[in-house]
Amino acid sequence: MIAQYRRHRDLCSMIVPVLAFFLIFCYGPMVGLMLAFKEYSLSRGMFHSPWVGFANFTRLFGSPDFPLAVRNTVVISALRLVFGFFAPIILALLLNECRVTWFRRGIQTLTYLPYFFSWVVLGGIFLMILGGDGPLNSLIQSLGHSPISFLSNPVWFIVVLIVTGVWQGLGYAAVIYLAALAGIDGNLYEAASLDGASRWNLVRSITMPSLSPTVVVLLILSLGNVLNAGFDQIYNMYNPVVYSVSDIVDTYVLRRMIDMDFGLATAAGLFKSVVSLLLVVAANSIARRATHGEQGVW
Amino acid sequence: MKHRRSVGEHAFDWANTLVLALLGLLAVYPFLYVLSISLSTAAEAQSHSLHLYPRRVSWNAYRIVFESPDILRSLWNSIVRTALGTVITVLATCVAAYPLARKELPHRSLILFLILLTMIFSGGIVPGYLLVRSLGMINTIWALVIPGALSAFNVIVVKNFFQQIPESLLEAARVEGAGEWRILFRFFIPLSKPVLATIALWTAVSHWNQWFDAMLYITDDRKQVLQNMLQRIVIENSTRLIDMGKNTHDVASYTPETVKAATVVITVLPMLILYPFVQRYFAKGIMIGGVKE
Repeated sequence: MIAQYRRHRDLCSMIVPVLAFFLIFCYGPMVGLMLAFKEYSLSRGMFHSPWVGFANFTRLFGSPDFPLAVRNTVVISALRLVFGFFAPIILALLLNECRVTWFRRGIQTLTYLPYFFSWVVLGGIFLMILGGDGPLNSLIQSLGHSPISFLSNPVWFIVVLIVTGVWQGLGYAAVIYLAALAGIDGNLYEAASLDGASRWNLVRSITMPSLSPTVVVLLILSLGNVLNAGFDQIYNMYNPVVYSVSDIVDTYVLRRMIDMDFGLATAAGLFKSVVSLLLVVAANSIARRATHGEQGVW
Repeated sequence: MKHRRSVGEHAFDWANTLVLALLGLLAVYPFLYVLSISLSTAAEAQSHSLHLYPRRVSWNAYRIVFESPDILRSLWNSIVRTALGTVITVLATCVAAYPLARKELPHRSLILFLILLTMIFSGGIVPGYLLVRSLGMINTIWALVIPGALSAFNVIVVKNFFQQIPESLLEAARVEGAGEWRILFRFFIPLSKPVLATIALWTAVSHWNQWFDAMLYITDDRKQVLQNMLQRIVIENSTRLIDMGKNTHDVASYTPETVKAATVVITVLPMLILYPFVQRYFAKGIMIGGVKE
């Protein structure tokens, strides 16, 4: 045993700091999750604060705010899934059918662009565009309609979140599907068109089925992400007027944390982590069962 | 693949081109708008139009931004953070991936399991914040570059790449008497340039765009990064950071809007410059990421 370590001394000298890093920065915070069961006291610190059992969770679910935040999170995620999941698949199919290479590349480059900017930047731009004197409202007014309060009307705000969210991720997600399409054997198309298949037939029976493994994997990932309703985007675009529809678990955790209510914030975070973990595991096993063990993230 | 196209197909091709062109325009319009506003005069910025381009170019908003010491300092902090963070991540990822790529590593599968587990479960933000605070990293650059330096995802991607390097090369290096560290730096790293470039670009983009950690860990304005300055100027509508209208400038030549827009453009510009490279490597990166363990 010791001889084994000695023989691989160099390898061990590499892995020890790496292990230390993961233990401190990934497993350390997991130890800190004990705060969910404690009443945090600044003077006593994490380890010496008193245990309170499930009191934080009782408080969490007893307050009106947290259940509302969970509901908002699930609603926003579901809307994103319904309106956003298929958009990049459609874009990928359209790009795939485009025969002019430079045009296809160009459009791909443009639609991919928003993915590389933070929501601080994008949120800032959209607050300008969608504001009362923004270009969108001046367009609406020039068409003879009254201006729309996109950012303070709860329903419109949700529409804005979904649309700008799809807008940002569209090109990036399409690239993932295009990568899957690039792997299709060209001979398949040739053989099928020799047999008299129309272009629509080719799309339906060759292109679309070859996307299904990717679709399954991405669907699983997004199910595991149901409790991530897009913190960066929402935090940079919302305001107290639309809290009732846009306060999500992550924004709730952050506000409790800023209030120094660390026990409650940790409990909310732990709830989210555990539910997310269960969702990912469940989604993966469903996918495996549905495809007889062929598909899944792991 | 050549085949005669029917009328219906022609119609589809035209419609397809049109839809794609429209999507392309929609993707860039917000950026054109903000660029146009940043270069507009006050009067034009306030006029009702789509602002696709400025009719008369005015650089006043940029002049104001570059006269703000807070913004310049945060720009510098962002550059330092991105450069340092990227170097640390790439080096640490190599050092982590190399032993994991070697079958002889004692307890290899246990260590791999421990690392993979961090991909699906984490302690969350409050324990993370308390950890960084107890390590004394608050208001230091280390709070921004150390806690996220290694990610399970990057380590696995590089490890998979290292495993494709032929065993014979290792043997040859060993015959020459090279130790593991030497093999890593002299052979494996130079042979892995494409994957390391991908990781470096990913990391650089995410460091440049990151603001949440700086919001939690940096409370001293002098150490703040550009994203968070922008957040205060644009989203919280704070104009305190910009000394607007301090005599030298013609008041009619800019508005808070044009100054905000100019700050956005300055934040976006480095990413736009990196974009051609990023694009080349990102597509590759997505595919590398798809390779299963």
